[in-house]
Amino acid sequence: MNGVTVSTTVNGDAVQFVCPPSESLLDVLRNRLNLTGVKEGCGTGDCGACSITLDGRLVCACLVLGAEAEGREVGTVEGMSENGELHPLQVQFIENAALQCGICTPGFLVAAKALLERNPNPTEEEIRYGLAGNLCRCTGYDKIVRAVQAAAKIMRKGRKS
Amino acid sequence: MPYETAYTNQGFNLVGSRVNRPDGIDKVTGRAKYGADVNAAGQLVAKVLRSPHAHALIKKIDTSKAAKLPGVKAIVTGDDFPDHTGGNRSMMDILENCMARGRALYDGHAVAAVAAIDGETADKALKLIKVTYKKLPHVTDVDAAMAEGAPIIHDWVRTAGVQPAPTTASNVAQRSEFGHGDVEAGFAQADIVVEKTFKTEQTHQGYIEPHACLAQLGPDGSGELWVTTQGHFTFRNVCSTLLGLDVAKLKVTSSEIGGGFGGKTHVWTEPVALQLSRKANRPVKLVMTRDEVFRASGPTSSTSIDVKIGAKKNGRITAATAELRYQSGAFPGMWAMFGAMTSFACYDLKNVKSVGYDVLVNRPKVAAYRAPSAPMAAFGVESVMDMLAAELGMDAVEFRIKNAAKKGTKASYGPIYGPIGIGPTLQAVKDHPHMKRRLGKNQGRGMACGFWFNFGGQTCTDLNIGVDGSVNLTVGTVDVGGSRASLALIAAEELGIDYDQVRVTIGDTNSLGHNDTTEGSRGTFSSGMATIFAARNAIEVLKQRAAATWDIPVDQVVWEAGEARAKGKQNSNLPPLTLKEIAAKSPRTGGPIAGHNEVVADGAGVSFASHLVDVEVDPETGSTRVLRYTVIQDAGKAIHPDYVEGQFQGGAAQGIGWALNEEYIYGDDGCLQNPGFLDYRIPVCSDLPFIDTQILEIPNPNHPYGVRGVGETSIVPPLAAIGNAVSNAVGVRMNHVPMSPPRILKAIEDAAG
Repeated sequence: MNGVTVSTTVNGDAVQFVCPPSESLLDVLRNRLNLTGVKEGCGTGDCGACSITLDGRLVCACLVLGAEAEGREVGTVEGMSENGELHPLQVQFIENAALQCGICTPGFLVAAKALLERNPNPTEEEIRYGLAGNLCRCTGYDKIVRAVQAAAKIMRKGRKS
Repeated sequence: MPYETAYTNQGFNLVGSRVNRPDGIDKVTGRAKYGADVNAAGQLVAKVLRSPHAHALIKKIDTSKAAKLPGVKAIVTGDDFPDHTGGNRSMMDILENCMARGRALYDGHAVAAVAAIDGETADKALKLIKVTYKKLPHVTDVDAAMAEGAPIIHDWVRTAGVQPAPTTASNVAQRSEFGHGDVEAGFAQADIVVEKTFKTEQTHQGYIEPHACLAQLGPDGSGELWVTTQGHFTFRNVCSTLLGLDVAKLKVTSSEIGGGFGGKTHVWTEPVALQLSRKANRPVKLVMTRDEVFRASGPTSSTSIDVKIGAKKNGRITAATAELRYQSGAFPGMWAMFGAMTSFACYDLKNVKSVGYDVLVNRPKVAAYRAPSAPMAAFGVESVMDMLAAELGMDAVEFRIKNAAKKGTKASYGPIYGPIGIGPTLQAVKDHPHMKRRLGKNQGRGMACGFWFNFGGQTCTDLNIGVDGSVNLTVGTVDVGGSRASLALIAAEELGIDYDQVRVTIGDTNSLGHNDTTEGSRGTFSSGMATIFAARNAIEVLKQRAAATWDIPVDQVVWEAGEARAKGKQNSNLPPLTLKEIAAKSPRTGGPIAGHNEVVADGAGVSFASHLVDVEVDPETGSTRVLRYTVIQDAGKAIHPDYVEGQFQGGAAQGIGWALNEEYIYGDDGCLQNPGFLDYRIPVCSDLPFIDTQILEIPNPNHPYGVRGVGETSIVPPLAAIGNAVSNAVGVRMNHVPMSPPRILKAIEDAAG
């Protein structure tokens, strides 16, 4: 293997890994860094199960090469909880029963967090279009949209106080 | 100990509340382990070589170059799977579907597999395997496969269910007929008869998690399988049969499951992974790509259906018939039979007949998909119901109410119904505020009914009380959508303790007796029943321990509100003993306290739903938007209403996708042209509105709490409900799903002449 050595930051921690130049960041995260919260549903950028942030921008990890993470900041679902506290989105997904099988949940949480960072007070339509890159086959999205609405409200209150 | 399963109308403290699910934190933090999320030391990665042809003889498979590639540890072809099936044809079908035996039967059929040190090496090895094919004529359309002169898929198939038994091969594997009365006489009495032919295209369950497993099988025939499945016990039995293993020596553990909807009730690659592991004597991980999931796992039947219903001017149906042609892929199935059984189940009919034809084509082996076969039959029947109501000048809901089945009705598929929910769901539709919403230009409203049998099956459950009074409940059904929360509620309800004191685990195959696959909406119904009985057995032990502590006869002890109480004046000096107190003393009063139950959970109550939908169709593009959607369904008793609503909404969403977008598209070459989520488009968040739900609770008389299965019925009405809504919006009867924009435009243009 002609490996590439990559230095990057994952969920705030400095990380180094070696991977073939053709290997996707998704495979690196799952198979080399053991971050299996990042899911693979299609490998072609159609399902959003591998949603992560790269320097704060929402991307599909299956469409990014591992080598492209050099010098960047990667954010995954494993980094959403801070100081032992669940993120309000994580709490509201549980409270609103916004998951059934849960395979799409990590991707939805990362995408919803990115959405609320851009737009703290989205309309229902903005939530629906903001999350249109993430497929869920179990819920019909109803309770997911409600969970995001509930979390957005809590987060807005948190900002004011 | 056997218990009475009858409904008792007991009150509840916890059942019916919306508690947080116990696996929630694992699933929102990424900790939950699904099929592809575990690895073993020294594991190999397996990949499968698949046929690029719809139908072909496999003349030769040359693996010699691949075998020489450094890092390749094992290669298997059909020759590596000797026949252990003992003449069981359906087992042989499963084996042949997992790995072709001399003939590729569909685009995507597995012909060889490789295990190598990593995925890159396995991919290279696949490219080095040389397969010599001789292409054969193929057929992928259900009607074409029934036509004279169609290429025969299997020369050994004779149509079952016809007399006299045929002597020549046919693509019709089975004919099945249901009904009663005299339909000819019934049609003769009718004032109006409506007849129409319908088509539905093939769809996939579309679970987001591809099939994945980690297999280990040693030379001694002992092995372990970690797998995403709806039925780890069934997987164990099937894999053991196909590979000639002792059932007890193969331990199967179900991972968290990333969606199944019926598609994970069947083995696809697991026997292949186990055989590669046996050959290499190393663990083998095999994860399907999305392309493989579409081409070689899952899909439901495409169909062609004729429906004819006649009625008197007063709105009473006099006769109804249906002929249902369902393709089951390259191997026989039971799908047409289910279509024939469910087609008229909603109605009280004197004269009814439905005939199903199970048809073989060069497509992947059809698998169960949520209320399998019922949505297509309902599309035909519920469309004709609307057409007939219009001809009669009756309201579509009133017409259905007038003909709805009720307690005592002889169902079109045989049994006499007990208390059922079709009438109440229709009444709820009529009374729903959704009915009063005003429709605008290019908008239409539609409704439809749906039915599913539900299933109970073999179930085995263990309940163990810890020394601190907390409880482990181990069940053998898989948690596909929140059942651990429901089962913990049930255990806590029975024991009289807090919900948080119960922890539910899905046991592996070596921890419990056999459990049937989690299908037929049976998870909460059957494991719930076994949990009630296991808890009641544990309560008997708790009472005995309390009696021994007090030194009184056990018949003077009752269990109330989570504690043992001594009955009678002579015992009034004995303060109650809580579960916690009894548990703390258990090491000295006889050891661990447990309750166990094994049961065949008969009496799964049938389930009915009525759906109501408003759509808007863009007349220029033919694109349809769902404006409002309401699901009304009988749950018997909603143990956890959030997850019951979730089942209603999820089924409706899958039905909406099927009605408007989703279809397998085959080229003239018989190859699937859209095996990916980009071209096989399931509904996304921006495609749907909120999906309103109304839970009705008409208790199932055969379950202590009145529970009916709730998971499947919700996918049955949407095709027809949307079909009726679109037809009302555009003024043209739609008879082909999905009602994709080009199909709607063509229907409008054809009608305009």
